[in-house]
Formats: sequence, C-alpha cells, structure tokens
Amino acid sequence: MAWINFLKPKNQLEEGGRSGVPIQEDAGEPEKKCPNCHKNIPLSRLWADNLVCSCGYHFRMKARQRIRMLADKGSFRELYGQMEAGNPLDFPGYTDKVETVRAASGEREAVICGTAKIQGQSLCLFVMESYFMMGSMGSAVGEKITSLFEYAARHRLAVVGFTVSGGARMQEGLLSLMQMAKISAAVKRHGDAGLLYISVLTDPTTGGVTASFAMEGDIILAEPGATVGFAGKRVIEQTTRKSLPKEFQKSEFVLEHGFIDAIIARPNQRKLLAELLKIHDGGRTNEWSGL
Amino acid sequence: MSGAAYDRVKIARGGGRPTGRDYIKNIFRGFIELHGDRRCGDDPAIVGGIARLGGSPVTVIAIEKGHTAAERVARNFGAPNPEGYRKALRLMKQAEKFGRPVVCFVDTSGASCTIGAEERGQGQAIAENLMEMSTLCVPIISILIGEGGSGGALALAVADRVWMLQNAVYSVISPEGCASILWKDSSMAAAAADSLKLTAEDAKSLGVIERILPESDIGQKEYYDRIGTLLMRELKELSADPDLVAGRYDRFRRIGRKQVKEKP
Ligand SMILES: [Zn+2]
Repeated sequence: MAWINFLKPKNQLEEGGRSGVPIQEDAGEPEKKCPNCHKNIPLSRLWADNLVCSCGYHFRMKARQRIRMLADKGSFRELYGQMEAGNPLDFPGYTDKVETVRAASGEREAVICGTAKIQGQSLCLFVMESYFMMGSMGSAVGEKITSLFEYAARHRLAVVGFTVSGGARMQEGLLSLMQMAKISAAVKRHGDAGLLYISVLTDPTTGGVTASFAMEGDIILAEPGATVGFAGKRVIEQTTRKSLPKEFQKSEFVLEHGFIDAIIARPNQRKLLAELLKIHDGGRTNEWSGL
Repeated sequence: MSGAAYDRVKIARGGGRPTGRDYIKNIFRGFIELHGDRRCGDDPAIVGGIARLGGSPVTVIAIEKGHTAAERVARNFGAPNPEGYRKALRLMKQAEKFGRPVVCFVDTSGASCTIGAEERGQGQAIAENLMEMSTLCVPIISILIGEGGSGGALALAVADRVWMLQNAVYSVISPEGCASILWKDSSMAAAAADSLKLTAEDAKSLGVIERILPESDIGQKEYYDRIGTLLMRELKELSADPDLVAGRYDRFRRIGRKQVKEKP
C-alpha cells in the first residue's frame, strides 16, 4: 500500500519524515480524516484543494507541492539545489539521520530556493520543508537562504519566504545558531536596498527561525491555525508550571498580539502575493503621482 | 568522551562568578544606568547605560543574573524578556546616534520562556536585534562571561568581536534540552555537552569567537584591568575602520560556509 507522508502520526513526522514515499495522487488510501471537523475527505479532493479541508483546516504541505501551487507554471528555477549539510561537529548519529531523511523526503536540505513568477511578477522564493527534520536550520539552510537574499539584492527582486521549522538544527551546534545572525544580516541588506520581503509563516514556525527571518518580513503573513512562537509549548509549561490554552501560539493569537499582518488561507495566497508584488514592483516606489 | 564540556557548563552556571554588573563596575568609570524600552517596560535582567572607558564614553549593556537568591529572582535568573532586548536595542541606537561604541556582557541560559514573553513577541524582539545590530554604525564588542544560551545570547552578540571567558559556554541549546530531545534522556546531558562543541575553545575553532579571556587567579584589579585594556585597544582599532559594517557582515557571512557541501 502506498503510504502518504502527511497521513503519518505527528510524532513520526517530527522525527524527520522517515516515513517513506512522498504524497501520491493515486495512493491506495482513499480518504483522510480531518483532525478539526473529523470528516473523511477523499484524497483526490484534498489534493485538488491543496490540502485544505472544506472546514478550513490546513494540512502540512510538501515544499515542492507548495511551489507548484504558488508559482506560474514552469516558472520556478531552483538555485543552490546542490548544497547540503555535512557533519561539521561529528555529531553522533547525524550523518545517518540526514541520509535517512534524504531518502525519505527526496530532498537534500530543509529549504528549497529559487526564482519564480507569480502572475507574471518575478521574485525570489524560498520554501522550507517540514518533511526534512521539521525544517530545522543548519549551515546549509543558512547558506541557501543568505545566498538567495544576496541574489535578490543583486537582481533587485522581492523575496517571498514560506517558513516551517522547529528551529536551529542542534546537530550543527553553534554553526546553526550563527545562521540566524547571518540570514538576518542578509535580510537587512536586501531591505536597505529598498526591496520587499514577505514572510509567510506555516505550521509550525518556532525557535530560531521565529527569532530571525520569519519575523523580519516587511509584511508577515501566516496560514490559519499555524503554530507560531519562540519557545516550545512544553518548555513554557515546564518553566511556568501552567497548562496553556489551545489557542496559545496559534497564528490567530499572534495576530491579536500584533506580530503578524494578516492570516491568509491557501486558496487566496497566490492572488494576494501577486497583488503585493505588483504594488511594490519588487521594491520602493520612486515617484508617486497619484494617477 | 570525557564529560569535560559538561564540567564547563557547571562552572559557567555556578554561583560566585562575577555577573554583568560586576564587569560594568570594575572595568568602566561613572556608569549611568538608563532604564526602559519606551514600549511597555523595563527588564531587570538586562542592565544598560553610559560609562567611560579610559576617557571616552561607551554604551554598556549586560545581562545580569544576580548573586543572592533574592537578586536572582528579581533579575529573572538572567533570562531576558522582550523588553530587555528592546531596551538594549534602544541603547545601541542611541550609541550610534552619538558615535560611541557598544560593549555587551552576555550571561544567560536563554531568553525568558513564559506566556507573557510570547505574548509580547520574544521571537520578534530577538529577530529585530539581529537585524539592526548587523548594520549599527559603531563598533560592538560582546563578551560571554558565563552562559551563552542560544538566541537569547546571540541577540546581544551580533558584534565585530566576540570574546569568551575561558569557562564560559556558548550553545544552540542546553545540553539537557538536547539530550531530552535527541535521546529522550536528560541524564545524557554530559554526552550532549561534548557533542554540542560549546566550550570557548570549540567556539574559537569554529570561527564563532575571536578571543578567549583567561580566568587565572591574578587578583581582582588585574583581572578587570586586563579586560579593560583589551577593550580599549580593540575599540580604538575598530573605530578607525572605515569598513566596519561590511566587516561585521563578512564576519557572520563566513560562518558555516565551508561546512556546506556542494554535490552535483
Ligand atoms: Zn475539516
């Protein structure tokens, strides 16, 4: 039977997507139960609806499927696809783990970068991959995203970035931590050149990614129901010895506290991004005529 | 594996070490503390203000853990809240406006992990510091004097020079956190500490810091004077550097680059 990644129990996914075959349209599993409304959804429909249930629940999505959903057909050109992490600290078990994850996810690293068009508007796009160690950020992720912002600054392009991450990759230790500073500096340079950066936070965006480029967009969007926060829920519960309300750290909660601009459901993302890109024409308006 | 790294963690955390305010008091003259983030509060875990080093003004910012039990509680055990990071950034921008360098002393097990910290945007506060510090037009030197806990430490360490005390540690995650996530066993913390490469020597060989400050027993005055002299010399050199900001960019840009493989 063909297994489907997004149907795997959550804890297995968080192990780093060791669960085999990527999503397939003709999978043997005909229906999927929505964890929100508990209805069974035919997979073909779920697939056609970009993994959004009719109740509005957003399932996790593979990075390449997201790129297909967002970018004009055939417009995506991948950059830095050959970059991948080594094992710089000789961290026990890391090499094996990454190899397993690579085989399972079909990806080399936890982010995919490139250039694309959305409704004819050129941009640089990065999409993090939850099926690769839950989008954890190591040296390669840092190098790829930094390089993309530098590329965008050179070519005067906007950057749109979809984040999903458990945070910095602990198996690369301090090198992972430093990627937060490295990417942030590149975001700042790109921004100082008058160029637009839109971050879109998807479930979950946490830790070092929240504390760096996820929160550095000129415009910060989030998918409905996405977990967005710095500290993990369990850590907060242990620190404060309080149990947390269900809505804590959901995108609606973060919106209410003023840290994101808007929540945008998947079916509307392409249109909104295209309009924002058109308004900014990649960057700063030099002459405002009012006409 | 020797467990030597975990011994360092214990030393770095241990009571009796000088804290941020001790460094401010003993290295600088005439410290004037400035409070508040001008947004919503004042974080006692971060102390900042203006002082003199030699004859020249500097902005000094330090994470303060406190010594006594009561002090430690009052300082939230050196775990800063968003207000602390925002106060630090405000003081750095003030330093930039008036052309004086910034010296930061870092000592935290990590940024505060509470409901309130999340509600007030802990992630955003740290992110903003990382971004803004990367282009601050005055020299920044950060010294890790005890624990360098992850993003909460980095938010005061996007600097031109980062130094560590011999027994300070700098890590992406606590050894206990790492052990419980990876091996579901926090008693593996010593092994995790070794694997994380979090000692000053490790940080130096990874290119994350420039200098290790010895902790030899040379008497209090000599100890602080030596750091003061080093700071003065380095700040003078950095102040004369016309490519200061570009140099800071390159300093971080390099880190992790050669560890990334490119396979066709
Ligand atoms: Zn549903």
